[in-house]
Amino acid sequence: MNLLLTLAIVFGVLVLVRIANVAQMAAELSGENEDDEQDKSNKWNGMGFLLFMIFGLALMTYSTIKWLPLTLPVAASEHGVKVDELMDLNWAVLIIVFFITQFLLFWFAYKYRYNRNKRSFYFHDNNKLEAIWTIVPTIVLAGLIVTGLVEWNKITDLATKEDGIKIQVYSKQFDFTTRYAGKDNKLGASFFRNITDANPLGVDSEDVAAKDDKIAKELVMPVGQEIELVINSRDVIHSVYLPHFRVQMNAVPGMTTRFHFKPTVTTAKMKEITGDDKFEYIMLCNKICGVAHYNMKMGVRVLEKDEYTKWLRGEKKVFEPAAATPATPAAPADSVKSPVASI
Amino acid sequence: MEVNQHSPVGTHHDDHSHHGHDHHHDHEESNNFFAKYIFTTDHKMISKQFLITAIIMAFLAMGMSLIFRLQLAWPDTKFPFLEDIIGRWGKDGKLDPGFYLALVTLHGTIMVFFVLTGGLSGTFSNLLIPFQVGARDMASGFLNALSFWFFFVSTVVMCASIFIESGPASAGWTVYPPLSALPQAIPGSGLGMTLWLISMALFIASSLLGGINYVTTVLNLRTKGMTMTRLPLTIWAFFITAILGVLSFPVLLAAALLLIFDRSFGTSFFLSDIFIDGAPLDYSGGSPVLFQHLFWFLGHPEVYIVLLPALGLASEVISVNARKPIFGYKAMIASMLVIAFLSFIVWGHHMFVTGMNPFLGSVFVFTTLLVAIPSAVKVFNYLTTLWRGNIQFTPQMMFAMGLVSTFITGGLTGIILGDSTLDINVHDTYFVVAHFHIVMGSSAIFGMFAGVYHWFPRMYGRMMNKKLGYIHFWFTIIGVYGVFFPMHFLGLGGVPRRYYANTAYEPFSVFMDINVLISIAAIIGGLAQLIFAFNFFYSIWRGKKSVQNPWKSNTIEWTAPIEHLHGNWPGETPVVHRWPYDYGKPGSPDDFIPQTVPYSETPESNTPEDLKH
Repeated sequence: MNLLLTLAIVFGVLVLVRIANVAQMAAELSGENEDDEQDKSNKWNGMGFLLFMIFGLALMTYSTIKWLPLTLPVAASEHGVKVDELMDLNWAVLIIVFFITQFLLFWFAYKYRYNRNKRSFYFHDNNKLEAIWTIVPTIVLAGLIVTGLVEWNKITDLATKEDGIKIQVYSKQFDFTTRYAGKDNKLGASFFRNITDANPLGVDSEDVAAKDDKIAKELVMPVGQEIELVINSRDVIHSVYLPHFRVQMNAVPGMTTRFHFKPTVTTAKMKEITGDDKFEYIMLCNKICGVAHYNMKMGVRVLEKDEYTKWLRGEKKVFEPAAATPATPAAPADSVKSPVASI
Repeated sequence: MEVNQHSPVGTHHDDHSHHGHDHHHDHEESNNFFAKYIFTTDHKMISKQFLITAIIMAFLAMGMSLIFRLQLAWPDTKFPFLEDIIGRWGKDGKLDPGFYLALVTLHGTIMVFFVLTGGLSGTFSNLLIPFQVGARDMASGFLNALSFWFFFVSTVVMCASIFIESGPASAGWTVYPPLSALPQAIPGSGLGMTLWLISMALFIASSLLGGINYVTTVLNLRTKGMTMTRLPLTIWAFFITAILGVLSFPVLLAAALLLIFDRSFGTSFFLSDIFIDGAPLDYSGGSPVLFQHLFWFLGHPEVYIVLLPALGLASEVISVNARKPIFGYKAMIASMLVIAFLSFIVWGHHMFVTGMNPFLGSVFVFTTLLVAIPSAVKVFNYLTTLWRGNIQFTPQMMFAMGLVSTFITGGLTGIILGDSTLDINVHDTYFVVAHFHIVMGSSAIFGMFAGVYHWFPRMYGRMMNKKLGYIHFWFTIIGVYGVFFPMHFLGLGGVPRRYYANTAYEPFSVFMDINVLISIAAIIGGLAQLIFAFNFFYSIWRGKKSVQNPWKSNTIEWTAPIEHLHGNWPGETPVVHRWPYDYGKPGSPDDFIPQTVPYSETPESNTPEDLKH
């Protein structure tokens, strides 16, 4: 294997030496001077640019048609539909600009390839032209900025949103856990020093709000209801990525992040839409978080409201009354005394 | 400076005995290998040192990317030779998932910092600033040499980290804590990360020493007649780049220092509320998001530190080879200045979904999309420069055209990523990978290739082989588009980046074919770089001898003798009379008028505007 590789490399180098030598010798022997040589190169490369453009753009168009169906299906959330519309608007503008500019670039390359009997057009300033291509992009961009920001503000402005069903997504290397707020729709407080094997989320057992909290290993949401994801991490940064819902928010240790959205398509409905009866939603970790980052995920289901209620009833509480989990903080005694903790 | 003392100046040159002395001096120098090649303070030699170090690092980083591309395209195949190359990280021909992340991290770090920052700026700022402004050397030759040596040591430290027991840094090139701060979280965050931080600190020192030198030289050592508005756009680009670096790299150093404190001295700048390995840690009150602010405060200007020199080189190459003045010279300078300014207030667009306040996100959307305006101006100016030109397709011109093409393509997808609403769903997916490899990676490396092909005769006194250059170009551009265009679809399909395998979600298997295609394109593109390496090293010794001004160029570096000498010009430094872009001027017998030709010698081509000078 290694011998073969070495031979291949030696052979490759020899071939290149030959090309380099032959090219030089051929030019010298044929009595062609360097200008003739360059004329030929200009011709071939000019043609090359034209062909590259034609085949390149054709291939891009073909592969777009072929691959677009592989990308994400219709958005399964209310704001996601708007995001997709906005994306389409952006693509429309960008693709037009892309085709025009790439066409001009390669067409000019072909059209204005060197001709020794010609001179270039001495043209180095034109205020009107420059004003046009400063102002037109500005106007187009202003349009894109405004439409984008209007939507962004709607998505992120929590003040204007109705209260969502609170679901905590708690991340650690390398899995997610969900906690459902229960009837009071209040999540009991949690703190990393409370974490034990029996209480992996570090929920405060003294907190009344925690009494009815339920814990699960999948994200299940009722359709058509506002959801508020309350996102936490206990070790490194993770990211809660729900591609089908156009939802993404990092999970940051030491702080809480949130994402409000409304799922609009049940899993069953999405199976119909995609024509794939094995279709399932997914939640992926989308921030590098360690060696098994690529395996960090959680199943996601969107159910009709009554199905959801039924499902939730069957899930277990964070603190099962019977189990009577000891509420004592789990932190080893020696970990509190270090003085740097307060820096 | 020392250099000036030894430089043969003016009348001294004509004096035979002095000339003899100079010759003797040169002779003495060339006898001493260490003085000539290693501890040189000559800008020309230092630029070669940067270039060759960067080429070696580029091949290393490219090799890494090919290894992880094998894994991504053929996750179930065993490649026994991996074990020969990377030992226990490739046991039984399977790439280790942890080492996959290390490769991704080092590929990014080496390419961004060592190749496209150190390599690109270090090579061409060093070569061209003294040559094109008409200076005998950099303002401080010693600091300049020091800049290379810091750079070299930093590359050595980074390479050394590959060989340690716990493996090199693996938290991604952005090294976000807590992952990069806690060895419990990933093995690479042990000694590997410490070496990464040391290497980066050395690199920053190198970059600052270089940057201060570049700025000083451009401001103070311009030759007679070389006003700021007669500077070639290359110099403007290097000048602005150097300012960006001097202002932003210290912030990265601050971030690195604070991270070192957190890692080694128990402070809590970036860490808080962490429970790992079955125990809570005592960090309290820090914010991981703070690190991201500091990192991207450098990180975004860094994109332009990489890109602007490439655009500067392309401006020069396009104008020379289109035999036409660059269109909108002043607009080009203005747009670079605007881009440079904006680059400092857009860093938050890397952080839309990191937990940063969404209102802040809105502000960054606004500033980010503003960058598109000067960028558009630059593109249209390039296109207009080509329009009705008389284009010579030298290899450097092909690469400069390739740069314009990738700059457009990648710039356009940037508009999607800069829009926070659209970023929600493509953030950290392959869409991002596609975008920045095209707009930053490919454009910058194309600019660098254009620079190497164009100024190779100026560096080595010989020509590179053009035919091999053409082959190199065509395979490279096909490789680039073949690798990065399909990645957009992976991103739109929701495939996250930095995944060792796409097994987490079964539907991602539809992208398997695309991944194979990408890897094949990567291998082809990678092999094409061997053609370049061969051409480069072969031509150093065996290339055709260069003539004085091989590209019929106007700028003054081509007036210096082909043989390098200390102080660049044997006599006085040239006097400059005009801007560098008088190509194809009506009335002039030649299609170019070098900067050293006074208007009084060209009455036939002077315009009324020229007479005002």
